[in-house]
Amino acid sequence: MTTTTEKSVNPQAGKAGTPLLEVRDLHVEFRTRDGVAKAVNGVNYSVSAGETLAVLGESGSGKSVTAQAIMGILDSPPGFVTQGQINFQGRDLLKLSEKERRRIRGAKMAMIFQDALSSLNPVLTVGYQLGEMFRVHQGMSRKDAKAKAIELMDRVRIPAARERVNDYPHQFSGGMRQRIMIAMALALEPDLIIADEPTTALDVTVQAQVMDLLAELQREYHMGLILITHDLGVVADVADKIAVMYAGRIVETAPVHELYKQPAHPYTRGLLDSIPRLDQKGQELYAIKGLPPNLLRIPSGCAFNPRCPMAQDVCRTDIPVLHPVTDSRGSACHFWKETLDG
Amino acid sequence: MAEPILEVRDLVKHFPLTQGVLLKKQIGAVKAVDGVSFDLLRGETLGIVGESGCGKSTLAKVLMNLERATSGQVLYKGEDISRLSGRALKAVRRNIQMVFQDPYTSLNPRMTVGDIIGEPFEIHPEVAPKGDRRRAVQDLLDVVGLNPEYINRYPHQFSGGQRQRIGIARGLALRPEVIIADEPVSALDVSVQAQVVNLLEKLQDEFELSYMFIAHDLSIVRHISDRVGVMYLGKMVEIGTDTQIYDHPTHPYTQALLSAVPVPDPEAREGRERIILQGDVPSPANPPSGCRFRTRCWKAQEKCAQEVPLLAVPQVLSGPAAHDSACHFAEEKDVVGAA
Amino acid sequence: MPELTKTPVETEVPETGALAAAEPVREKARSLWQDAWRDLRRNPVFIISGLLITFLVVIAIWPGLIASGDPGDCDLAHSLQGSAAGHPFGFDQQGCDVYTRTVFGARASITVGVLATLGSAVLGGVLGGLAGFFGGWWDTLLSRLADVFFGIPILLGGLVFLSLVGGSLWSVITFIVLLGWPQVARIARGAVVTVKQQDYVQAARALGAGSTRMMLRHVLPNAVAPVIVVSTIALGTYISLEATLSFLGVGLRPPTVSWGIDISSASSSFRNAPHMLLYPAGALSITVLAFILLGDAVRDALDPKLR
Repeated sequence: MTTTTEKSVNPQAGKAGTPLLEVRDLHVEFRTRDGVAKAVNGVNYSVSAGETLAVLGESGSGKSVTAQAIMGILDSPPGFVTQGQINFQGRDLLKLSEKERRRIRGAKMAMIFQDALSSLNPVLTVGYQLGEMFRVHQGMSRKDAKAKAIELMDRVRIPAARERVNDYPHQFSGGMRQRIMIAMALALEPDLIIADEPTTALDVTVQAQVMDLLAELQREYHMGLILITHDLGVVADVADKIAVMYAGRIVETAPVHELYKQPAHPYTRGLLDSIPRLDQKGQELYAIKGLPPNLLRIPSGCAFNPRCPMAQDVCRTDIPVLHPVTDSRGSACHFWKETLDG
Repeated sequence: MAEPILEVRDLVKHFPLTQGVLLKKQIGAVKAVDGVSFDLLRGETLGIVGESGCGKSTLAKVLMNLERATSGQVLYKGEDISRLSGRALKAVRRNIQMVFQDPYTSLNPRMTVGDIIGEPFEIHPEVAPKGDRRRAVQDLLDVVGLNPEYINRYPHQFSGGQRQRIGIARGLALRPEVIIADEPVSALDVSVQAQVVNLLEKLQDEFELSYMFIAHDLSIVRHISDRVGVMYLGKMVEIGTDTQIYDHPTHPYTQALLSAVPVPDPEAREGRERIILQGDVPSPANPPSGCRFRTRCWKAQEKCAQEVPLLAVPQVLSGPAAHDSACHFAEEKDVVGAA
Repeated sequence: MPELTKTPVETEVPETGALAAAEPVREKARSLWQDAWRDLRRNPVFIISGLLITFLVVIAIWPGLIASGDPGDCDLAHSLQGSAAGHPFGFDQQGCDVYTRTVFGARASITVGVLATLGSAVLGGVLGGLAGFFGGWWDTLLSRLADVFFGIPILLGGLVFLSLVGGSLWSVITFIVLLGWPQVARIARGAVVTVKQQDYVQAARALGAGSTRMMLRHVLPNAVAPVIVVSTIALGTYISLEATLSFLGVGLRPPTVSWGIDISSASSSFRNAPHMLLYPAGALSITVLAFILLGDAVRDALDPKLR
């Protein structure tokens, strides 16, 4: 396998000022009994304040692992960050002590998970858990913390917040629980929010409510938002730019509109072609052949080559760098020009 | 029009809520399915959509006789199968099979793929003589696009998409006429979903199957279905052909559901009107009176709280768009932007 | 009915192709049991406890392999003497050789431990499994019954039961089984209830499988692991329970050789002859520890949450 150093320009760099968060050449591996699973293999991305970056990928693409590494909540062992930098507000998080990182977590960056029910403690009231943020981080009194909790619940539009502040998590519906998770993430007004499949577990009609709320609050607080999802539809709604991940690498990155209109990587193109449309009845679906790669044995060269309709010999030997397609776009495909035209 | 192979008549499934340890006292019921009627025609795919708690999965279980119906009928070729048991039920099971949602829990982890796909033959030995079974299992693996040499492997050695193919092969083994698929692709990765949807379509042509395809993903349902039924809180609120439902929806719930679907096309998105429903689905243990959707409906009036709307063709509809809708104030509204 | 036809190459190739690329075809079929066994073999805790237990079982069956004497061959002239040539552990009050008695004591402990474990696993497993599988009044009845047995204080119950029926190998085993089965039953019931709700059991029902097939092919193989784990861990505690009862004088009685009895008789002369207590107590502790470690290792290998 040839290793190519990714010297190519990061299409996101050069945007006005330094970005809020910049991930550089991040590598994460999991040491399991079956071998070393290379979950993240040189990821670069950045988010500015007020910007929404969608990280799109399937299971095993490394999208969640990257987020866990940023938050510093990677299970270690078996997970290890082996290389790279995570620059957040000018500091490399990987060089900080656990104590310093803990101070950043919650206060400066917060995370929203897919499964709200298991992220909330079932034996404590929602108000107590929301108030805890203020008591622990700001040393607020019990009474003030509760008032703050009610205010937050109002913020995320939970009806009758004053009455419901003493309810337990299981007394709320799925959508309401996700709102509570959002409230918790917002509590200390962080600069960055990472939302990992925040609406996947919710019903379609509730998904729309929650996604709207998240987007609105992000604008209001001028936060950076990293939205991790597998759903091309959700992304289209709220993201400014997209990074598509495959086998632990970013294979394409682009502003939302451009990516949907004209993908520059065969994987992105395949994904877009393989989802049926709501507004018309199509013919047989295009299906990307094969299976997502086994991270213990990532194919040599371009990891997508066994499934790629355009693969040539070079794809089996050389790992493609993220070629700059335009100022704001990149594609990690040897044949990005052909893909873009085709 | 093809003849119906399954006729569902006023089907009800209530799960009793009990209190007490030794002497159980019924204190209420979860009305999971509450008076649903429809036909499944031979060779067609009927999509059933709805959100969690609408009763679509319970409906599948009742049709499969995995749960006993509280009342109502399920007629298979004219015979009520909802009360069958013992040998008669076993015989019907040959003709109606199921594909499950979760490829990780629907295969016994302690059995080899050969044993899993071969089990239907052990239960119904008349389908394949003993000597032919290994061959039959390998043929099935081949049909669903898996290497027949994998016969001795265990489920955990396969990916989600491959496992779902194994589940489909098991469902096909007895050569059923009807397959009830409960969210068969929702647990799969996007790139694998299309493979499985295509496989299901191919198999339908090959084996003349009738599908009931239950899903919450409206795009996939449109793609695969000939007709679509929309469920809300245990009731069928609208049913019609895919064009009637997607391009001419008349029930406010259907309209809201369709408009909420995130479309992977930012430009198509901008022209669309979005209806964002307020609140959550009420509890099926205590559904609203009259029309069950009225608590979230922007059209709701006095009448909706008092009269249960019937599933029938509304007066405002005529011509090819005419289809059943259970709303007092049904009217067409294009929310998908088909034009 | 149409004939089965070959899948178009389009879908056939990618599946096998990708699999071949991702995993070499030579990959063997591996059942979950084989995986667990592979894990166990690599676990040093399992190797150490396994070797120790093998050794204990061997000397329980053939104590003559490492002890030439007879535990009943005592000479009061040696009473309470320390170690001497040919008698490394010294002598007890009666002048019996402590080494020989310690070696022969393994038999009682292992016999009680293994038989009581088997008894409680089978009884608790079957009753709990049936309760979980069929549910209803049978489940209610059994759960209440198990609660009653849970409520019995172990030592008080042992004292009463064994002084009524008399202490012997079989009465001790019976008593431990009576106390031990509810714990296994509870685990078995929980495991069966969980497995019963799995889709693959529903799938078997949908195919027309009867209760027997569902129980034996689907539920049992998937529910047995937690029962094995809890039983292995319980084995160690059963051995110490036997020793406790024998120590109190209601369990095994002389001339049966048991660590519990020896510890009991040693306790009175601990000050001037500590070796009498040390060796049987040490053997007991090591044995109990070995079984508990084995149970831990087995749990790690079988626990699906860690897989």
